[in-house]
Amino acid sequence: MDLKKTVMSLADAVGVSGDENSAAELALGYLKEITDDCYIKNNSVFGNFGTRESGKPHVLIDAHIDQIGFVVTYITDDGFLKISNCGGIDRRLLLAQQVVVLGKERVKGVICSIPPHLEKSGDDGKVPEFSEISIDVGMTREQAEKVISLGDKVVFLQHSAELIGDRITGAALDDRCGVACLLRAAELLKNEKLNCSYTIMFSSQEEIGERGAKIGVYDVAPDIAIAVDVSFALTSDDSELKCGKMGGGCMIGFSPVLDRELSKTMVSIAEKNGLPFQREIMNEETGTNADRFSVNCGGVKAVTLSIPLKYMHTPVEVISLADVENTAQLIAAYVKEVK
Amino acid sequence: MDFETLLNELCVLNGTSGDEGAVRNYIIDKIKDKCEYKIDPLGSIIAFKKGRSTPKNKVMISAHMDEVGMIVTSVKSDGTLTVSPVGGIDARVVIGRKVKVNGIQGVIGSKAVHNLSSDERKRAAEFSSLYADIGAESREEAEKLVCPGDYVYFDSEYYLFGDGFVCGKAIDDRFGCAVMITLINSDLAYDCTFTFVVQEEVGLRGARAAAFTVEPDFAIVLEATTAADIPLASDEKKCCFLGKGPAVSYMDRSTIYDRELYSLSKQLAKENNLPWQTKTMVAGGNDSGAIHITKGGVRTMAISVPCRYLHSPASAAKLSDMEASLKLAEIMLEKACTL
Repeated sequence: MDLKKTVMSLADAVGVSGDENSAAELALGYLKEITDDCYIKNNSVFGNFGTRESGKPHVLIDAHIDQIGFVVTYITDDGFLKISNCGGIDRRLLLAQQVVVLGKERVKGVICSIPPHLEKSGDDGKVPEFSEISIDVGMTREQAEKVISLGDKVVFLQHSAELIGDRITGAALDDRCGVACLLRAAELLKNEKLNCSYTIMFSSQEEIGERGAKIGVYDVAPDIAIAVDVSFALTSDDSELKCGKMGGGCMIGFSPVLDRELSKTMVSIAEKNGLPFQREIMNEETGTNADRFSVNCGGVKAVTLSIPLKYMHTPVEVISLADVENTAQLIAAYVKEVK
Repeated sequence: MDFETLLNELCVLNGTSGDEGAVRNYIIDKIKDKCEYKIDPLGSIIAFKKGRSTPKNKVMISAHMDEVGMIVTSVKSDGTLTVSPVGGIDARVVIGRKVKVNGIQGVIGSKAVHNLSSDERKRAAEFSSLYADIGAESREEAEKLVCPGDYVYFDSEYYLFGDGFVCGKAIDDRFGCAVMITLINSDLAYDCTFTFVVQEEVGLRGARAAAFTVEPDFAIVLEATTAADIPLASDEKKCCFLGKGPAVSYMDRSTIYDRELYSLSKQLAKENNLPWQTKTMVAGGNDSGAIHITKGGVRTMAISVPCRYLHSPASAAKLSDMEASLKLAEIMLEKACTL
């Protein structure tokens, strides 16, 4: 597979939490190229590999398919849309963003709030609350109501693009680069004779509380679960304490809620295979789907593997393709060793 | 070529103050067979269009070619670029956007919302803390492609939306350029001088020099002006409205407009069934400020298209207002020639 092309096409797909269909269908299409046993359930995508037998461990490898966005909550008398957030949104960057409303048809618009030079003096440094933000779709209320319903989702109008080197920018690289990473791992495992079976899951509703993961892992009932997500890559406005390094390889999670042996195994496999990696130390829940996997039913050994990403939850997230490839290599190397 | 296509092609060109070359070349290509033109030392185009007859008064129509943008001020050790605004840009419409630096893809991001303190979340972005990222891993890598003084442009999309609206960067003042190109390509009743000027956004500089050279009796400035007809703006701040036709000011912060031209524009708009509105606030300014006090004085008016989200990557205006502005400009040209 062409990793760059896959990452970019997935990043350009649309799938706000709860409305993942379009992105899920695209991911399902990619999965079909490597397994016949794949399907969508509850907006999550599943692909099964190998024959499941008792005594043989079953591994769940997950990346979430949903992305942050907005939901339409009201249409004003003047035809402007009031919105709320789906997932963690930085309100500082919303003014004059181009957006697409996913109504009966795709409706382009602009996010508006009071232009700064018309604000009251003293309000210069103010960030609007969601209640002060609207979307301008250039329609009257009557026109808008014909194509837009309350509950429709909204995304930033953004197309992925290449930066220099192997870096890619896009709006939904969190976590579509993880989705591409799993497709790449499955490709690497294609002709391998494994001592385990595994399921790839592209889960829904991660951004609003890991809900797709919670019900998805119940269906899969794995012995081991790997959540592949993104984590903070260092930028000059952030702290080294919280961030990994872009291009430094997979960030292997260590946390009280993760299985320590599994984290250590990932480190030793990375070392054995000469794969770059970094440790990501967390002191509580990880904020990834692994938090849900680990307490499923009677408990599942879980780990988080993260791809370093800059500018998380902005329309201009940035990743390095090498980190995606190296994470896929690590996952494949691990699965080959599971007995 | 229809007006909207012309506007589209002009808006996607990059040309901030001091870097108007691409816009100038495009315009010259569109007018070269229809007029006599020269380029003044600052880079403005002064074009003389022969009409069916030579009028009593010399009339100049003017619009500016430049748009707001940014300039690279330094290359940081991590390969990112510090930037300053060229013209009035609020940092709130810069954070979280794609940009082009020397034609190279870049982004202006921010550390993740997850890592912002509660105070940081409520404080608007400032240029001093923003930086552009082209994907370079080091200063050395970035310096091969970019150096301080290079210009930075919004990389947003141009699109039609809603009920005849246009969204994109640089509507201010490519709208005016599009109107002048259209007039030069039409059959005019009287001779007219058209000036496509540079450096409006940094202090009405190109117009000052061009008006001195042209030495007109009358001037008509074509501009885009701030509209705030959006939710939460108080009524007195809704200084003009999209869809209600060209805005003709009696006064702004740079000019007290010629009273007779102002009154005539209202009367002639009515006689010709054109929508017309005035601005209900004394705010802002445009090239009239430089032109009307050139030499012994120039009788000046401005015809402005109301524009939401001015000076952002996603300004919005209505095509019907632009078409009415074009007609009003033609009518006022004929009137000024014979006053």
